Order: sequence, then structure tokens, then C-alpha cells
Amino acid sequence: MSRLVDWLDSRTGVRSLVHEVLFERIPGGARWRYVWGSTLTFCFAVQVITGIVLWMAYSPSATTAWESVYYIQHEMTGGWLLRGLHHFTAQAMHVLLVLHLLQVVIDGAYKAPREVNYWFGVVLMLLTLGLGLTGYLLPWDQKGYGATKVATALMGLVPGVGPSLQKLVVGGTEYGNHTLTRFFALHAGLLPALMVGAVAAHVALFRRHGITARQPLRRPEGRFWPDQVLMDGVACLAVLAAVLYLTLRHHGAELHAPADATQPFNAARPEWYFLFLFEFLKLEVLTSWFGHHGELVGAIIVPGAVLGLLAAMPVLGNWRLGHRFNIGFLVVLLLGSLGLTFRSLQSDATNAGYQAAVRGATEASARAVALIKANGGIPPAGAASLLRNDPATAGPRLFAQHCASCHRYDGHDGQGTVAAELPSAPDLKGFGSRSWLAGLLEPSKVTNHAYYGGTKFKDGKMVKYVVGKLPKRHASNPGALEAMIAAVSAEAALPAQRDQDAADAALLEKGRSHVRETFGCTDCHAFRKPDDEASAPDLTGWGSREWVVGVIADPTHVRFYGSRNDRMPSFVKDGRLTDVEAGLLADWIRGDTDAKAVVQRAARR
Amino acid sequence: MSNPVEKVPAEGRRAFLKEAAAGVVGGCCLLVPAGAGLVAWLDPLSQPSGGGGWVRVAALSALPADGAPRRVTVVSERRDGWTREPEVPLGAIYLRRTGERSVQALHSVCPHAGCFVDYRPEPRSFFCPCHDSTFAVDGSINDPGSPSPRAMDGLEVELKGDEVWVRFVQFRTGIKEKVAVS
Repeated sequence: MSRLVDWLDSRTGVRSLVHEVLFERIPGGARWRYVWGSTLTFCFAVQVITGIVLWMAYSPSATTAWESVYYIQHEMTGGWLLRGLHHFTAQAMHVLLVLHLLQVVIDGAYKAPREVNYWFGVVLMLLTLGLGLTGYLLPWDQKGYGATKVATALMGLVPGVGPSLQKLVVGGTEYGNHTLTRFFALHAGLLPALMVGAVAAHVALFRRHGITARQPLRRPEGRFWPDQVLMDGVACLAVLAAVLYLTLRHHGAELHAPADATQPFNAARPEWYFLFLFEFLKLEVLTSWFGHHGELVGAIIVPGAVLGLLAAMPVLGNWRLGHRFNIGFLVVLLLGSLGLTFRSLQSDATNAGYQAAVRGATEASARAVALIKANGGIPPAGAASLLRNDPATAGPRLFAQHCASCHRYDGHDGQGTVAAELPSAPDLKGFGSRSWLAGLLEPSKVTNHAYYGGTKFKDGKMVKYVVGKLPKRHASNPGALEAMIAAVSAEAALPAQRDQDAADAALLEKGRSHVRETFGCTDCHAFRKPDDEASAPDLTGWGSREWVVGVIADPTHVRFYGSRNDRMPSFVKDGRLTDVEAGLLADWIRGDTDAKAVVQRAARR
Repeated sequence: MSNPVEKVPAEGRRAFLKEAAAGVVGGCCLLVPAGAGLVAWLDPLSQPSGGGGWVRVAALSALPADGAPRRVTVVSERRDGWTREPEVPLGAIYLRRTGERSVQALHSVCPHAGCFVDYRPEPRSFFCPCHDSTFAVDGSINDPGSPSPRAMDGLEVELKGDEVWVRFVQFRTGIKEKVAVS
């Protein structure tokens, strides 16, 4: 063994190298305050290992980025653990960087002759921030997409070259495939390569100058191996424990719904270690002092000046009070950043709109996963296409956009916004259900604004019937009204009433005869057989998918309101909605949003 | 034989020439891959920018008469790197009826930092969730503390019968002037 080492040493000089690496002198002995650099190197090693394996499963394009990350997070064995380690180690690095910088500055380790090494440290900090920024976009989810859009928009503010720079970073004028390929090349290629080089230089220079021992020396001189290595190892273990804790708690890392430029994302926030900058841009001081240049000042000039001051520290440190100034500046910077971060977190915690948006984002992401599971995978057009064809996702949006200026859904516009003005058409929450129909046939409710109150039908035959004849017929035929309601409502075949309808077969049979005989609905409405003289909407299949799509398509059709239609546009006939959109609206209103049923319908199209 | 005093400058000159030649040769070797890389990297600057075309976005009769903004998705053809998608959602705009036959179109991207501006029927104004910029219903800045340097970006609108057409353009953010991204 020893002869083999001799042989190797005579050809490589490995002994002296190992000796140099392991037996570095540490005046005053090993100390806990020297561990930060090693923990950062450890984190970088974790990022390289986890990053390379993530790379093996990641595909950077607009239709595969989110999809491949979804696979890592939700389907790959141990994928969530890998992704969580990568995600939270990145965050740990930012914290450790600050601690390392603090220790270096407080101990005066940046002063001559260590200036160049300190500058390598500043470069490493920028590279770490760059890796964080580029990594945030790669999952191509709503959050990373929104945050990076802001970051690249700010890049465009750099005087002179800004717009060209922005275009080069984004890979064109718009976010797309080339944004991902470029960000990924930076994140997995250029920045890590620069990082490796800078770390090598940083460590080599550190070894050249030796450790800046904290005075006074408390103990006799020690050696790197094993004294300091043990401490470094324990510190790395502590970092790993924290990262593992966060990974297990979050079961990996968060993955929001796929990026969509057509929908507002009110939960848009940068990663937490950029929150101070985000909050800084919100400060009114910027606009009140610098007017419309506030953005440039806040996003480019101030951060640039801070960076300049950080880089100038070794020079400033030569002044008599320079070192104290440096420490003071760093502490003020740190407290300021912490204050801004806290302010941002606190204002979000008390902001109901933001909290609702976060809940919505969590639901959207869970919905995407449910649809993919139901579909047995993601279609080639990407996960966004699944959501676009999902009534639970698209229904409320379409409703808010096309229906909510007249109708309501449970009092709101489908997306939770309650308008001040009264609706001019019925509330469609639960349309087709027994309870909805019972409300319509209730004399005290039929002229409510949830039913016909806002329509011209409030003075029509139906309301007269509900207020006049119906209560009398109801009184002389106990149970008939309930049966009739159940029978007409069963025409809708609502998923929520499926079991109830099946169990009530006998009741429905009775109800169907009450429709004709007891209540005489068929005097005006057609029911289960063609009726050329019908003057009111067809009750055959009333509230069914086909019926609702038909009304949305063209309410002026003789089967529905004909010439008596009150203001409702013929959405599909006039080209305002496509058949597919009308179907999505119908499915959502009917509560037919079970993921399995949704993907089966989409497959049939 | 040769005079050593004379030899030094000759050697010095030859050495300099060698060094210069080595530098040039080495530089040339690196220049080709670096140059090729740089040219290809600069490709986005020479590509025609997408967008800027007229897109049919809505039916005029679908816009509420009370002038409330309605969010509309802009669907059109898009070339995204190697992909050509004939019908893809490009973004969203707000349409607002300002008269019997006049419509105002506002871009949904905040002119401050590029987030998606949301419309709130109460209190009938636009709100950006990122840095709390607010805008009046016509897109103008309605709060002196708003961080946005300019009003929301209007888009050119053309009415053809009942069809509303809009020229969908992206604008640079964070500056006072409204400049199209090109």
C-alpha cells in the first residue's frame, strides 16, 4: 500500500497536496465562527449533485417545462425529495452567504492583502443570486413566471442597453421556448461553471493568505484536519437537517399551476430572499422623490450603489474609521432588508385579497394535478391545455366575462366578486336542482332578483301562475308539488342528484304525471313529447347539459324563449362563444366538474 | 564568430515576434468559436418581433353599456421559437365601451413592472397586486402615490360592424413614455 502511494506521489506529488489541504495552520485553534465558508461549499456540492439528477428529468420548453417538473414532484420515485433538497438548499445558501459576509467583515478578513479574495466572494454572492433568479423560472409555473417577468422588465430599465439586454435574456420580445432554453443554459451551464472557477480561486487565495484569526488567540495553534473539519462537518449537518426538515414539511417544493399569460395571478411574489427589493420598490418615497424615475432608482441605481459600496469595502477599510463604517453600513443594510422583508410578509398576512389569491393558486395547482391523474398523463399540448378545457377552471372565468353582467352565481360573478348593482337575470348557482326549482315555484321568491325579479318575465304568465294558480293546486294535492319538482329537476340529470334521482324512481314517475295533469305545466311547456303549440321553454331535458348549451347557443330558438327572449344574447350563434366554451360553462353551472368526467368529455371531442 | 552584443536585440526582436505570433494564433483559435457563439447568442436582436398585428377580440354588443371594463383574452397566431401555434392565447386586455360605437382597449400588463393588472368592480378601478398601483376605470393614474410611471397602456381599436379589432402590442415597462417593445 505504502509502495503504491510512493509510486503515485513520485508521479503526482499527491502527498504534499494532501498535506497542504489538510494541515493548514489555524492560529488560535479551530472555531465555530470559521464554519460559514465550508457550509457554503457543502451547499454548492448539494446543488451540483441534486441539480444534475434534476437535469436528467427536466425538459426546458413552454409545453414541457412545467410538465417535467410535475413529473419530478408528483410521480418520480424520490423526485419530491430531490427537488425539495435543491429548492431549500438554494434558500439556505442565501442565509449562509449573509452570515459568511458578516463574519468576514466583522473579522476584517476583507482588508489587505485579501482584497481580491473578498471580491471573488462578492462575485460568488452575485452568482448565487443569479442562480436563484434563473432557477425560479424553470418550473414555468404561475409564480416563477410572474416573478421573472418583473425581474426581466426591471432589467430593461438599465440605461442605454436595457431593452436589448432584456431581449437577449428573454430570447425575444415575449416569454416562450427560448426564454426557458436560455435561462436553463445559464442556470445549469454558465453560472455553475463560473461558480466552480470562482470557488476554486476563492479557496486558493484563502489558503495563500491563511485564515484571518480572530484576536485575541484563545488557544494554541490548531490544524484544519481534524479540528476545524469536525466543526465544519457538524455545521453542515445542521444545515442539512434544516433543509431536510423544510423538504419533508412541504413534501418537496411548491409547484403552482402552469404559467398562463391570460390570467391575473394576484399571488405574484418573488422568492422570499428578494422580498426586500420587492418591498423597496413599493415605497412611496421612490415616487415622491424621484417621480417617474422611481422605478429606475429603486431597481437599478440603489441596488447598484449598494453593490458598489460592498465592493469598495476593502478600499474604505484603509481609512481610519473605515472598518467601523463598513460594519455599520453592513448592519444598517441588513436591518433595513430584514425590516422590508418583515413589512412585506406582514402586509401580505393582513391582505385578504392576497390570501384569497394564494388559496386560489393552491387550488388551481391541486386541480391541475387531479386532471393529470384522471387523464393518466399530460397531453402533448401541455398541462395548460387540460386547464383550458376544464369547466372548474374556465367556467367561472367565462361566467364572469360573459354572463355576470346580468346573471349571478351564488350572488357573485363566478369568481367571488360581488357587484353593487342588482342582477337583471336569475342566479344560476344550483340551476336545475330541486332546490333551485323549488325556489322558482315559491310565490314569495319568484320575483326575487335571484329569479325573475330583474327580467321582463316578472310580469309574465309564469309568475302569474306561480303566484296565482299554483298554491291552490298545491294545497289540494299534498305531495304533488315535491313530486313534480323532483321529476322536472331529474330531467337535468345533475351529477349531484344522480343517487337521489335513482332512489326516487317511483316519485319521479308520479311527478311526471303531475307535470301534465295536476299542474298543467304542459299548457305552455313541452314535456317529453313534441308540442308545436308550446309557448314556453321545453321542459324535456330541462337543465341537462344539452339543454343549457342550447340556451347559451341561442335562447331565441323556438325550443326555448323564441321571440319572447328577454335580452339574452345568442352567444354561440353570434360567435361570442364557441361550442366548447358553451359546454364548459354548462358543465360548471351544472356542477359536472369531476376530473374523470371532464377528461373523458375532452377525449370525446 | 558572432558578436554577442549584436545578438541580443536580434533575439529580442525574434522573441517578440514569436510571442506576438503565438498570441495572434491562439487568439484566432478562440475567436472562431467565441464569435460563432456570440453571433448566435445575439439572434433575438435580429429576429422580427412577434405581435403588433390586428386581432379580433370581441363582439361590440357583448360589452356592457354602462362602460364597465370587460377582460378579454387575445387569441391569435404565435411563433414561439420553433413552434408555430395557429391559435394561442397571447395575453389579455380590457375593453370598455365609451359610447354607442366607441371602445377603449387597455393592456392588462402593468406599466410599472409588468404584472397582470386586475379589475375590481368595487371601487370600479384597476389594481395591480404586485406593488399596489391603482388606475381609474379609463386607465389613468388615480392615486399620486401609485408607483406606476404612466397610465395603463391604451391599444388601437377598430370596429368592423359588431366586431372589435385591436392591434395587440407589448410596451416597455417602468418608464414614463409609452414605447412599444420591438
